Amino acid sequence: MELLYFGDKGWGDELFFATLMTIAVSITAMIIGFLFAALFTPLKLSNNKVLNSIGNAYTTVIRGVPELLVIYLFFFGGSGAIMFVASIFGYNEYIEINAFLTGSFSIGIISGAYSTEVFRGALQSIDKGQFEAAKVLGFNKYIYFFKIILPQMLRLAIPNLSNVWQITLKDTSLISVTGLVEIMRQSYIAAGSTRDPLFFYSFAAVLYLILTFLSMQLLNRLETKYSKGY
Amino acid sequence: MDIELMISSFPKLLNATLITLKLLSVSLIVGLFIGLGFAILRMNNNKLINKFAYGYSYIFRGTPLLVQIFIIYFGLGQIEYLRTTFLWVVLKEPYWCAIIAFSLNTGAYTSEILRSAFQTIKPGYLEAGRSLGIPSKIIFTKIQIPIAIKQSLPAYGNEIILMLKGTSLASTVTLMDLTGVAKYIISTTFKPVEVFIVAGGIYLFMTFIIHNVIKYLEKKYGFQT
Repeated sequence: MELLYFGDKGWGDELFFATLMTIAVSITAMIIGFLFAALFTPLKLSNNKVLNSIGNAYTTVIRGVPELLVIYLFFFGGSGAIMFVASIFGYNEYIEINAFLTGSFSIGIISGAYSTEVFRGALQSIDKGQFEAAKVLGFNKYIYFFKIILPQMLRLAIPNLSNVWQITLKDTSLISVTGLVEIMRQSYIAAGSTRDPLFFYSFAAVLYLILTFLSMQLLNRLETKYSKGY
Repeated sequence: MDIELMISSFPKLLNATLITLKLLSVSLIVGLFIGLGFAILRMNNNKLINKFAYGYSYIFRGTPLLVQIFIIYFGLGQIEYLRTTFLWVVLKEPYWCAIIAFSLNTGAYTSEILRSAFQTIKPGYLEAGRSLGIPSKIIFTKIQIPIAIKQSLPAYGNEIILMLKGTSLASTVTLMDLTGVAKYIISTTFKPVEVFIVAGGIYLFMTFIIHNVIKYLEKKYGFQT
């Protein structure tokens, strides 16, 4: 247990901050994922063939390719792409992008593909009459979407979104390969310097278990809240 | 776009695909047996056995696969006692460590899939079997298992694809699978997009095949239960 002391002697504080980092990356990635989902769900439901195939390509490619490969693409390709854009504006110095941003962005794109599928499924299972009734009653677009469609969609989407959250949370362990100090990376460092990998990796597993357990409790509460009245 | 690099890296990546497929098939077969075993334990009436099986699947589904591989590959080697037993022959090889981790992981997911498949079998089928005087062993192997397999096909197909993506983590324990070789080529040539297209294409092709095989099996064996 000495290994877990806070302060200089142990790794307690480092692991605590690493856990916060994991949570921060997961939440950022989830939000980026929602933005992608907001962009691609309408595409997937669109009747236009070109738009539709763009939406399908996104979800198929991201869900069919290993997460690690996507992370490598952004890790090695991210700064190159930004430097290319910067060179158009006449800036030619080397730019290194923040590991947090690369990590959240690559996990966000992955989580977005799953969220897109969830939102698509939820929208499609809302009764058609609801859309028609809202239109017939002449509600404006704001009320139509935010007061009538969105609440019904959320009710159907939340159970599946909590699965997406679990996947996202576990995927953040993969961005340790880019050097961002989250739970996995910190355990790797601690295991290397104390030569006690068994303890630190097991402890990392416990931290992940705690995170998944706690978030499931919260999400279940959210689920009951949104399914009120059904 | 460096087309030349894409063409020259294709055979190397294809070669690495063999390791990916080997890892995938071995761990799926082992995982299926582990999953079946734990699914049976989950349906046991003994609370202790039940809790044990639930704990197994909870732990393996609640932690990242990366942690599991690292515990097995880096962690278990630390136990002095293990180094003296024959297990060490297996555990010092990253290949076997990856297979152990993948099998245990997919076993946990498979046990959940099979359990829910077993539980959705209508009790009428079992009652019919029993009232016809069929021994319970035969009810299990000839009625429950075939129905459970058919019902779990769609979910198991997803699990195979998830596992295919999971094998990419073998590259973190020095194995040169498809992702490992792709990373090596990227880090030596700094052409991530080209390599991603080729390696991603190979993965997508495999997912496509798996998806269609499962669809075909579903059609062939699917009946309303």
